[in-house]
Amino acid sequence: MTFEAGTFTPAPGRGSLGRMLATQVLLETKLALRQGEQVLLTLVIPLALLVGLTLLRVVPLPEPRATSALGTVLALAIMSTAFTSQAISLGFDRRYGVLRRLAATAVPRWLIVLGRLGGMAAVVLVQVVVLAAVAVALGWRPGAGSPGWVVLLVVLGTAAFGAVGVLLGGSLRAELVLAVANIVWFVLLFAGGVLVPAAALPGPLATVVQLLPSGALAEGLRTALVGGTPSTVHVVVLLAWTVVAGGIAVRTVRWS
Amino acid sequence: MHRPPRLSSVSGAVRALEVRDLVVRYQGRAAVDGLDLDLAPGQVLALLGPNGAGKTTTVEVCEGLRGRDAGEVRVLGTDPAGAPDALRARLGVMPQGGGAYPGVRVREMVGLVATCSARPLDPDWLVETLGLASCARTPYKRLSVGQQQRLALACAVVGRPELVFLDEPTASLDPQGRRLVWDLVRALRADGVAVLLTTHLMQEAETLADHIVIIDHGRTVAEGSPDDLTAAGADRELRFRAAAGMDLRLLADALPEGCTVSEPTPGSYLVEGSIDPQVLSAVTSWCARQGVLADDLRVARRSLEDVFLELTGRELRS
Repeated sequence: MTFEAGTFTPAPGRGSLGRMLATQVLLETKLALRQGEQVLLTLVIPLALLVGLTLLRVVPLPEPRATSALGTVLALAIMSTAFTSQAISLGFDRRYGVLRRLAATAVPRWLIVLGRLGGMAAVVLVQVVVLAAVAVALGWRPGAGSPGWVVLLVVLGTAAFGAVGVLLGGSLRAELVLAVANIVWFVLLFAGGVLVPAAALPGPLATVVQLLPSGALAEGLRTALVGGTPSTVHVVVLLAWTVVAGGIAVRTVRWS
Repeated sequence: MHRPPRLSSVSGAVRALEVRDLVVRYQGRAAVDGLDLDLAPGQVLALLGPNGAGKTTTVEVCEGLRGRDAGEVRVLGTDPAGAPDALRARLGVMPQGGGAYPGVRVREMVGLVATCSARPLDPDWLVETLGLASCARTPYKRLSVGQQQRLALACAVVGRPELVFLDEPTASLDPQGRRLVWDLVRALRADGVAVLLTTHLMQEAETLADHIVIIDHGRTVAEGSPDDLTAAGADRELRFRAAAGMDLRLLADALPEGCTVSEPTPGSYLVEGSIDPQVLSAVTSWCARQGVLADDLRVARRSLEDVFLELTGRELRS
């Protein structure tokens, strides 16, 4: 193979930060929405639960059922994306050396982190839109809720679970991350206040659940969606998980 | 051994790479132990050595991805420690293995790395040129190792860097892929790009490099141009086959000073010394006078592999 002279003449320089960020966010979003297992976790299961919880009266839920179910599946969807899916993809991205690859380009490191968070936020946005649309079809009427609180809780929940997810995905081997992230997801779904409200759990567990990000987010969303004000405890719990897990992650997360 | 001076001062052109007395330790053990390297723009430097010799560690220090315990490093005149953004924009890096999202498609990954640079090469052209067009939409984890390696190479050069680090660029490629990489390295060099490549393939170093540094246990065991390394210090030899038991006195007289001739096994003759055209002509004319045909006449020259074996007592590929 012959190359025309001058093809590789050096012309270095950093690309536009805005374009770099946009390209990375778009790519991370596409990757998350393209991967079967992740979509199962982030969209298929929450959608199935939304329909099932609304139409089948297996789990006791306050009326209107579509509203309560939406609170539950929004919390689940955020947990799936920000924690499980994020931890697993981070674990494997580290294994595949993509962070080192990007760190060796002209991209500033803060932009790589921001790109990941942006991708995560974009997936959460897609989830909220899809789940809300289906909930409307099932009889949910947005008018009754407190939209400000709902948005704040979605943001705080994404931050708290994202911090824990990055902490997990950034410190263990990829296979271990996969196992732990899935087990924790399963446990929190059933015993973490997501599917079964804290009030329906036995005494001591109910108290613990209020202090978990899963319990705080799900309880808070169910309250806010019917127009109530979430308890300060729930907001503080989400903030505390974000700060503590995020603080540890900044120190411990390894790039490869 | 000749001790190079400390880092060159402001006088003279900025070198692409300058390493002095580099030391990197892993848990107390020195993986790199006092290494010196120099690379000028438009030149190719090959770090040759067996696995575990410290090649990748050295490259990662120069890329700014790894810290060092001692020594001076200047990459394009800048200390890479902490990998300042402005320096990284001028480098192209091909890591050894990996370097992409497991689910990313070939064209997407090249596109992503291209956006990091201000004036990148056309990703479509690069994908096509490196023979990746047929798998442009294939996710990374489903690529063959050779395809992954060519993608890594594309990502290393797409930003039109001044200095390219290629860590074992052809380790998993078939001969065709290897030739493509070699052509690319030659094109980079011709266009003024400095290339540091690591390899454990002698032929690769011999073919591509202006300067070869052979390292083992993190230390330089030999360095020089490919010719220097294979010629230096070695008395070369000439062998030929002819009828057994010929009288060698006449030949010995005809040979230049310093050359000797012997018959190690019947019918197999060996001329030792500095073999030049004069020696060759002495041998052939002597054969003609004796009325014999010298058969299987060949000048043996040390290969880089012989040099390495002599220096380290180890197989390069081990």
